Amino acid sequence: MNDAFSPYIVSLVTFAPLAGALLLTILPRRDRDIRVIALLVSLITFAVSLHLPVHFHRALPGFQFEIDKQWISSPNIHYHMAIDGISMWLVVLTTFLTPLCVLISWKSVHDRVKEFFILLLILETALIGVFTSLDLFLFYFFWEATLIPMALLIGVFGHERRVYAAVKFFMYTMIASVFMLAAILWLYAQTGSFDFVFIRDQIASGAIKNFPAAAQWLFLGFFLAFAVKVPLFPFHTWLPDAHVEAPTAGSVLLAGVLLKMGTYGMLRFNLGLFPEQSRHNAPWIMTLALIGIIYGALVAMVQPNMKKLIAYSSVSHLGFVVLGIFSFTQSGLNGAMFVMLAHGVSTGGLFMLAGILHERRHTYEISEFGGLASIMPVYSTSYLFIVLASVGLPLLNGFIGEFLVLNGAFQAKPIYGILGATGVIWSACYLLWMFQRVFYGKVTNPLNNSMADMLGFEKAAVWPCAVAALVMGVAPILWLAAIDPAVQNSLMPFAQTISKAVMQ
Amino acid sequence: MTMLPAMLLQAIPQTADYVRILPELVLSIFGIIVMMLDPLVDEEKSQKTLGGIAFVGTMVALFSTWYTSKSPGMAFSNTIRIDSFSIFFIFLVIAIAAVVILSSFEYMAVQRIRAGEYYALILFGVVGMSVMSSATELVLIFIGLEISSISTYILAGFRRNEAASSESSLKYFLLGSFATAFFLYGVALMFGATGSTNIDVISQKLQSSPAEVLVYVAMALMFVGLGFKVAAAPFHVWTPDVYEGAPAPVVGFMSTAPKAAAFAVLLRVVFAINAPGRFWFLWFAAALSMTLGNVGALVQSNVKRLLAYSSIAHAGYLLVAFAMTTPENSITGISAAMFYTAAYAAMNVGAFTVVSHFANAGERYVTLEDYEGLGRSSPLLAASLTIFLLSLIGIPMTGGFFAKFYVFSAALRANLIWLTLIGVSNSAIGAYYYLRIIVAMYMRESRKEVPVTPVSFGVGLALALSLIATLYLGLLPNRVLQIAQHSAQDLVSQSSTGAAEVARAPLGAAVPPR
Repeated sequence: MNDAFSPYIVSLVTFAPLAGALLLTILPRRDRDIRVIALLVSLITFAVSLHLPVHFHRALPGFQFEIDKQWISSPNIHYHMAIDGISMWLVVLTTFLTPLCVLISWKSVHDRVKEFFILLLILETALIGVFTSLDLFLFYFFWEATLIPMALLIGVFGHERRVYAAVKFFMYTMIASVFMLAAILWLYAQTGSFDFVFIRDQIASGAIKNFPAAAQWLFLGFFLAFAVKVPLFPFHTWLPDAHVEAPTAGSVLLAGVLLKMGTYGMLRFNLGLFPEQSRHNAPWIMTLALIGIIYGALVAMVQPNMKKLIAYSSVSHLGFVVLGIFSFTQSGLNGAMFVMLAHGVSTGGLFMLAGILHERRHTYEISEFGGLASIMPVYSTSYLFIVLASVGLPLLNGFIGEFLVLNGAFQAKPIYGILGATGVIWSACYLLWMFQRVFYGKVTNPLNNSMADMLGFEKAAVWPCAVAALVMGVAPILWLAAIDPAVQNSLMPFAQTISKAVMQ
Repeated sequence: MTMLPAMLLQAIPQTADYVRILPELVLSIFGIIVMMLDPLVDEEKSQKTLGGIAFVGTMVALFSTWYTSKSPGMAFSNTIRIDSFSIFFIFLVIAIAAVVILSSFEYMAVQRIRAGEYYALILFGVVGMSVMSSATELVLIFIGLEISSISTYILAGFRRNEAASSESSLKYFLLGSFATAFFLYGVALMFGATGSTNIDVISQKLQSSPAEVLVYVAMALMFVGLGFKVAAAPFHVWTPDVYEGAPAPVVGFMSTAPKAAAFAVLLRVVFAINAPGRFWFLWFAAALSMTLGNVGALVQSNVKRLLAYSSIAHAGYLLVAFAMTTPENSITGISAAMFYTAAYAAMNVGAFTVVSHFANAGERYVTLEDYEGLGRSSPLLAASLTIFLLSLIGIPMTGGFFAKFYVFSAALRANLIWLTLIGVSNSAIGAYYYLRIIVAMYMRESRKEVPVTPVSFGVGLALALSLIATLYLGLLPNRVLQIAQHSAQDLVSQSSTGAAEVARAPLGAAVPPR
């Protein structure tokens, strides 16, 4: 690929959905056209984003496709975008899930269609921007920008208690992220720059004079914003409400990508900027992660509502990610990244499948169903496939990530690995039990007899997730080859702190 | 003996003196034209004509501001200073007036208020505010303050038939006069302490000799007067009642323009005089305003009252930028405050334009309940109000974000960590009540019959201008910030070198015989 084009490709991927959204605003309200155009825009974005993994130099650990231009001179804000092996796959995950979201909303959204797809595309731009920006200001800009379209998607297109859920979601994340803003502003006041790489080097070389006194607070400022987004126990209470009330596409992007903003932030900023504080704080963070894994799983088990069950399963799975990140091992971080991607694909798929049932029966109550396997065979098979992927069956995507995370956790401290491993068992319990109650046995509710099996557009939305789950499980090296050098790079300061500690 | 005629000669205003008050002259002339024409033209048709003349007046005034900016310097025996600082605020208040006049046409017709003097009063009020922005003489500042206040007292009572409006006007008048009296008392004490009412001379006096107790008392009294005008806690109690009763476009006007002018005076008093002992006073006023404003707004169901509390909170954010002590921090603080004033004006005038369009005859529809379903019945109006509200919250891509951003980064640079934390927590709390309006518009269905009237040209133009300004400040804040920084440097340098220049100037009239 010619080099002249490569700095702009990231911007192109980021802003293509926004351009599509602007196009939609001027189109007349013909719902069919709007759906088709939204689908086309999201598919084109996906196709363009595939340019990134194809032309990515896997051996290089640093940032690629970099663009760094001054946006505002005072304060010194740069338009600094680039990707490395970590952010690249999260970008592709976002662009992969968005067309599926468009498809799954094809029929289920019939009121204010135009607004829905505009918001969806704006959300996609903001999400990609979060992963690609390397200027702290730009990052915060996109971080906050995800908030409004998501809150509106929940609040306008959601179910009965949508307003409560939307406001709760907005306030939780807003309050947490202002502390991150304060931390970012402090760093700017001391260094005169928002550039991630510059600040990282300044901190590493000890050039910031007040840094040791403030470091713990800065770490917490960033961490709180990310922990709420992940959500880490005990900041998770917004998640079940948001998921249950959100429309299907909202849930898919919320679980698939929005939660990863938090874990991505921890990996990039908490570990990148504050390696020593990360190490100091790791014990309690890992404890919270373990509580999240086990507590999330136990609560998921007793949920009568399918969507809430999947929501709590996210709390549990994201606990694995945090556990892997704060193990500071190569394997743990690789695993954390892989769980992020795998969870995005399989939980995205689960939410779509739950949405399909809701479409037909307008309920998520597990007790309303039973014996669906005989009525909807294609649906049940797809569901089983995704459930098995989520449970962590070997050769499917869930297994690889959890295995690597637990491996890393064992290296950090055996007890973490042992407790974390129970989470794998729990997830098999709650998901398979739910599957048994919904699909096996006799048809108990006569209303279910008339349900149609999966329609064409629903297959088109769900099956790509299944295929991705299979490919990720069989050939994880396709992903890990790019992730591994980036992870190694972000673990560099830890090797140094260890050697420093040994020297003393 | 030969000195005296020369001095007299110099005391006679020159052409340059008049050029430096050109915007004020233009506005006064147009105000007088509107007053004179009012009884002559047909009562039914007068509204559009008189409003149009007033609007043209503001446009000519904006143009003459540009002309004035080309000849910076002192005028009228060192009582007026034209520099980038004063030009910034003059331009701002005139622009606010122009947008408010645009949004008033439709409102006045709907409310069946026929009065040419409405537009004349806006113009005269702006004259007072421009004088406040450019005056360096405390007595002249007081005169400007009075001109602007008296116009706004009357404007607040323009919904003559409504008891609430008269109450608003009277309350504003009584408390406002009380506050200006405080200010005047402060000026008098300052004269007693330093022997001058000229800001440059006072600054010089205070630098050469340690401040006496009288100076502190004078400063405190002046702060009380100005604190009232900017609706900063603990002098904020009048705001909700006055804003609720006054006509909606007038609230849009008086929550931005006189405040901007009062902040200009406050900036001069604080930074050009380099007021002693101000730090904790401003710190507490800022923290208290932010907290009381936001907490008060949480429980409001009337949109006008809600925005009144929000304006108290925003005065608090602005005051954060004032709590600077060293000259370098002062520059970032002043420029942050100036940017904030501009951004706040853009978004608040815009929000009140929507409110006044939507309020309908007799201002019947001003509660949160009336806003339910607005997103469906008039999507464009709702979308623009949403952008203004998001800007008031401080969401990126809007002017409000950069405004808060500059203020808090200035505060952090000055190591005001606690004040910043109070500020950011407050802006998170603040998000909740702005969100309530957005929730009502988009996420609830309307429960009562609220008529939707088509947007007139004037309101549409006013909205478009406010939107452009809000988004411009949010996406490309560079230029405005550079102007603000340049002005801030001017202002800070006055406190050190400017005073010396005045003393060296041939005209000795400013230095009192002591």
